Formats: sequence, structure tokens, C-alpha cells
Amino acid sequence: MDLNTIWFLLIGILIMGYAVLDGFDLGVGVLYLFTKDETAKRVYLNSIGPVWDGNEVWLLTGGGALFAAFPIVYATVFSGFYIPFMLLLAALIFRAVSFEFRGKVSSPGWKKLWDYLFGIGSLLPSILFGIAIGNIISGLPIDISGNYVGNFLDLLNPYSILVGLVSLSFFAMHGSIYLMMKSEGLVKEKVLPYVNRLWMAFVLLYALTTFFTFFEAPFQFNGLLNNPLFWMLFVLLLVSIVLIPVFVKANKFFKAIIFSSLTIISMIGLTALSLFPRLVPSNIDLDFSLTIYNASSSKTSMTAMLYIALIGMPIVIAYTIFVYRVFKGKVVITKESY
Amino acid sequence: MDTVLLSRIQFAMTIGFHFLFPPVSIGLAWLLVIIESFGFKRKEEVYVRLGKFFGKILALTFSVGVATGIVMEFQFGTNWAEYSKFVGDIFGAPLAAEGVFAFFLESTFLGLYLFGRDKVSKGVHLFSIWMVTIGATISAFWIIVAGSWMQTPAGYVIKNGRAELTNFWDAVFNPSTVIRFLHTIDAALIAGAFMVAGVSAYLILKNKETELAKRSMKIAVYFGLIVSLLELFPFGHESGREVAKYQPAKFAAIQGLYTSQTGAPLAVFAIPVMPPPELKAKIEIPGLLSWLAFGDFNAKVQGINDFPSNDLPPLFITFVSYHNMVVLGMLFILLMMIATYLLRKNKLWDTKILLKMFVWAIPLPVIACELGWISAEVGRQPWIVYNVMRTSDAISRNVPAGDILFSIILFAFIYLLIGYLYLYLLVKEIKHGPEPALVKEVLS
Repeated sequence: MDLNTIWFLLIGILIMGYAVLDGFDLGVGVLYLFTKDETAKRVYLNSIGPVWDGNEVWLLTGGGALFAAFPIVYATVFSGFYIPFMLLLAALIFRAVSFEFRGKVSSPGWKKLWDYLFGIGSLLPSILFGIAIGNIISGLPIDISGNYVGNFLDLLNPYSILVGLVSLSFFAMHGSIYLMMKSEGLVKEKVLPYVNRLWMAFVLLYALTTFFTFFEAPFQFNGLLNNPLFWMLFVLLLVSIVLIPVFVKANKFFKAIIFSSLTIISMIGLTALSLFPRLVPSNIDLDFSLTIYNASSSKTSMTAMLYIALIGMPIVIAYTIFVYRVFKGKVVITKESY
Repeated sequence: MDTVLLSRIQFAMTIGFHFLFPPVSIGLAWLLVIIESFGFKRKEEVYVRLGKFFGKILALTFSVGVATGIVMEFQFGTNWAEYSKFVGDIFGAPLAAEGVFAFFLESTFLGLYLFGRDKVSKGVHLFSIWMVTIGATISAFWIIVAGSWMQTPAGYVIKNGRAELTNFWDAVFNPSTVIRFLHTIDAALIAGAFMVAGVSAYLILKNKETELAKRSMKIAVYFGLIVSLLELFPFGHESGREVAKYQPAKFAAIQGLYTSQTGAPLAVFAIPVMPPPELKAKIEIPGLLSWLAFGDFNAKVQGINDFPSNDLPPLFITFVSYHNMVVLGMLFILLMMIATYLLRKNKLWDTKILLKMFVWAIPLPVIACELGWISAEVGRQPWIVYNVMRTSDAISRNVPAGDILFSIILFAFIYLLIGYLYLYLLVKEIKHGPEPALVKEVLS
């Protein structure tokens, strides 16, 4: 395996880590929009309070790693997605400060303002990430010299919006399972119906998306069906999707969230596999696509980065697990809580 | 409007606003390390209460720093695509390293520090603030690596139409990294010291939790004296020497030296007037600039007349920001020296005027940081990578000016709102003061 492929994998892993971890806290934020009860709101907030910030670092590190390993993609895609990207950043800014800001003033108007900003700050990224992936799957207008030549409205095509709804429904489902794990009593009872409905919405939307992908981006399937890795991931995906409601029904929410994590991991795996070795297909001419070879950094740089990842990431994973274990169990509201 | 100018306005605004917060976070985190370590060793409850109180200020500041920092990770791609393509081979690595070695560490352990006090042992809790602080400091290191490479690029070769890495360590430890890191971190420590000193002074003046406030004031004053002195010598001094050696045009601009000369004087005060560039109402010390730059009163220092005019940075803003930073640095030393003297004489608590000055001095180190940053980055112009790539060649060519104008307005609105609310909540938190001691905790 060459360095370019290794970095393709590592960035895939960072995106998976982000989707699994920030996925549930974005989902909690989306569900937060639909709860009126103050106790429930505080349980929602504090269920992710100590961990959301660490989760979001997966996004920042993913961005940094993309810059380091595939700078052409970082530059082309981010400048091409300019307006949606600015909206994403605005949403993430409001979301990040709302944890600290919301509880500091006891007026209802103030709380309501930050409730909305936190909820929309979670909803918007959940959809925008899907829209971005949708656009990448269907290909971007990349010209012969590797420049993006489309405009903002091109990005809001029906297929990409459909993928946006897939990511939204998945994150919300993922978040609802997390809430089942962290809450009890009335709060928990109210979350339960969401889990099953969101699961169904997600499965339907995902099936629909896969169907439309055949028409939108048929090239994604070239040679895929002969690849054993495809079938492994496909089986993993099906098994995981089926096991989520099974474990929810059995009241085993930790296992349920493991399988919803495996669901998103295998979905991202499948998408990555169908893209490989392209990173951003061109819908002008597939030969103009940005690939792991024509968009990459030098060998020296990728080697240095590999050392950084190999030294750093095991330590990160170790202490992340440690901190999650400290905060395991049901949310208890104390004086220090949000 | 011109896309280059708009891109620069947006970058200056977003990073300028972001940079208000990390120095306070880093400095405050180190002071919390000291406070919590005392608490761990002496097992006194005052330190726990101080930790909780200043921990809240840290959490507030940190969260705004994180929120505004997200923009920075992506803005090179969105607004500076040509730059990103040109330097990605080198510049991406420190950003990724910052994520792996620093952001994860500080963010993960901050959650544990703020919410885990009763969930883990005292040792693990102390460990968590250490990790937050080390993470924040490592974060500063890697971003300064990236920034320093733009000032004094090293460890690369121009190949395939871009800068390619040849030696990782040469790029990381380029000529300005170490001194810029020390200079900036020490500035952050000063910001932390003045935050703790100012807040403590306020509590003492208001006669609120004075026993607690006196402890934190003492720590902040002794700590503040040391770090303020270190900022002058060696860090500030060495930083100046480094600029004189590697970026002579920038050095001439920040010092206001318009003609090359031996035995160059140091301008202590002056009003720069353009054009033609001239210093009015100046007070100078003969030969001192030559000595500061090269350790020799007769050394030749290049003036801006030595450089082609299209390679020169803006002269007014660099001169003014640099000199005001130095003035503030001197003021910090003065305030901390007087406070230390009065503390030794046991008169500090009754010197209301000085305590009041400390309250008003809270934002000054942050302003000094901004001024230092302006003189460093504006001084680098017209280059984005010094002598390698011009800022005007670095923007995203495919982003229309209207889009950038939209995002400038969007961020201006968000930052005004968040900046205002941060100040409002900070003041509210300070006025509220530390939580009262719990009876149970006092007994045990």
C-alpha cells in the first residue's frame, strides 16, 4: 500500500470518528429543538456537555489532515463550497458558545434564544455535511486544471439535498439512542418513540439515495460489485442496521449505539470504496477528477504526517476512552452542570 | 471591491477576534495549575473554591476561543486557495499536528476538569488541568510553527510549482519558531496574571471573599512580575534581534528607521508622517538600535530606503502597533513591581488606587498581544510567505467578491454579538464572585 492510499484511509478514519462521535451530539442538538421541558433540555445538554468539544476536534483534525495530505482538495473543495461553508462555520460558532452562554442568565427570552441557536446550530451542520458528501459523490464541476467552476446554487441539487436528509436522519437517530443511554424516567420515555421513527426514516432515505445514485453517479459502481471488500462492508451495514432496533427493543442501548456507529462507519466505508482512488470526481470529465495522486502532498510530507498520526492518535483514543468511562451512566444535574 | 483586500479584511477580522481569547485561556490555565497544585498539596478548601471560580472564567473564555478557532482551521482553504495549494505540503502538517497533539488533549481534559471534580480522585483532577494547560500550550506551539514558517521559511524547496517539504524539523524549527513561541506564550502568561490579579483586586475592593482574593492576588503578582520581566528580557529583546537578522525590511518599518545608518538611534517616541516617510516629534537614543539589533553600538542597520518600495510593509501601522506594544510591556513591569513592593511591605491591600488600576489593566495584555500580532503580520507584507509568495497571489480565485463581502458581514455581526455577550457574562461572573463555602466542606 502506498502513502497516498494510507492517507486516503486515515482521512476516512477521521471522518468516521467524527461522524460517530460528533454525530450523536449533533443528533442530540437536533432533537433538542423538539423538546419543551426545561428538565429534559438540561439532561440533553449535560449528556453531551463534557464530551462534545473533544468530539468536534475530529472535524478540526480531519480538516488539518486533509490540508496536509491532499492540499489541492482542501483548497478546491473548501473555496468551491464557499457560501455553505460560511453558513456551517456560523452554525458551529453559535452552537459552541451556546453551552456556556445559555445557563448564565436566567431570563426565559435569553434561554429561548440560545435554545434556538443551539438547535439550529446542530441541525444545519447535520444537513450540510450530507449535502457536501452528496455533491462529492455526484461529482463537482472541476475543469482540466483542477479548478472548481460551479456556483452556489449548483450545490443545492435534489440528489445532494436527499443525502443531506440521510445524514440528518442518521445523526438524529444516533443521538436519540445516546439519549436513551444517558437519561431515565420521563425524559427517557419521551425519547423512545423518536428512536424507532428516526430509524425508519433513515432506512427509507438511505435506500432511496442508493437507488438514485445509480442514475446520478453510475461511475461510482464501476467494478464495485467484484470487490470482496464491498460485500464485507455491505453485509456489515445490513447487519448493523437490522440490529439497532433489536437492541433498542431489548433495552440494550450501549449495544444499539455500537451498531448505529458501525452503520455510519460502513456507510462511509462504502462511499470511500466507490470513490477510490478519486477524492473528488469531476462531472465535466472524469479524467479531470482530483485523485489521491494528483491532489496529494509530497512523499516527505506524507511520511512526516504518518509519524504524527501513529504517535498521536493511539494516545488520543486512550484518553478519550478514559474520559468517556468517567462520565458513563445517567446524567445527574448538579451545581456545575450547564 | 477588490477580492484581495476583502480576503485580507476577513482574515484580519476573524483571526484578530479569535486571538483575543487564547492568550487569556492559556495564561489562566497556567495560573489554575498553580492554584490547583497548592490545593492538592495543602489540602485547603480555599484553593478548591478559587479553582472553581477561575475555572468558570476559563470555561467561558475557552468556549469563545474554540468557537472562533473553528473558522481558522478552514479559512485557508475557503479564502486562500492558491496559498493552500502552494504551501499545503508544509503548512498543513503543523495544523494537523495541532489537532492531534493539542486540541484533543485540551478539549477532552477540559470536560473532565470542569465536570469531573467529584467523579475522579484529587490526583486525577489535578492531572486534568495539567493536561488542559499542556494541550493549550502545545496548540500555541504548532500554530506558531505555521506562522513562523510564513515569516522565515525553511526546510523546503520550490518544486512542481509549489513549496515542497525537504526536512520536517528544519521547517518546524525554522529561524523564528522558538523565539516567537516563547515571546507569545509569555505574553499569554502575562494576560493570565493580569486577569487573576484584576479580578482579585476587584473582589478585594468590593470587600467580597477577601481572604480568597488575597491568596489569588499574591500568586498573580509574583507570577506576573516574573513573566513581565522575562517578556522584556530575554524574549522581547531576542525577538527583535531575530527580526533584525532575518527580516530587515520589517525591522526597519517597525523601528521607523527610514535611512540606513551606522550607530542607528532607537526611536522611543515619534509620530510617523506619510508621505514622504518621516518621523515627527521624535525622542531618540543614539546608537541604541544598532546595539539592540546586533550587540554593537556602531553596527549598520538597514533603513527602508534600502528596499524596493513594492517589497515594503505599510509603515505607519507597523511602527505604531509595535511601539504601543512595547509601552504596554513596560507598564506591565511597572505595575507588577509596585505591587510586589507593596505586597512585601504588607500595604497592597490598602493601596486602593493600585488595586483599581489592576482592575482596569485586565484587558491591556490582550491589547498588547493584538498589537504585537499586527506588527508581526502586517510587517510581513506584501508577502504571505516572506520573500517567497505575495499575498495578492494567494487568494481563492474562484470565490466572487460578493461572496466574501457576505461572509465579512456575517462574521462581523456574529463577532460583535459574541464579543459583547462575552464581556457581559465575564463581568457578571466576576461580580458574582466565588461560590460561598459549603458548611459540610469546611468541617471535613
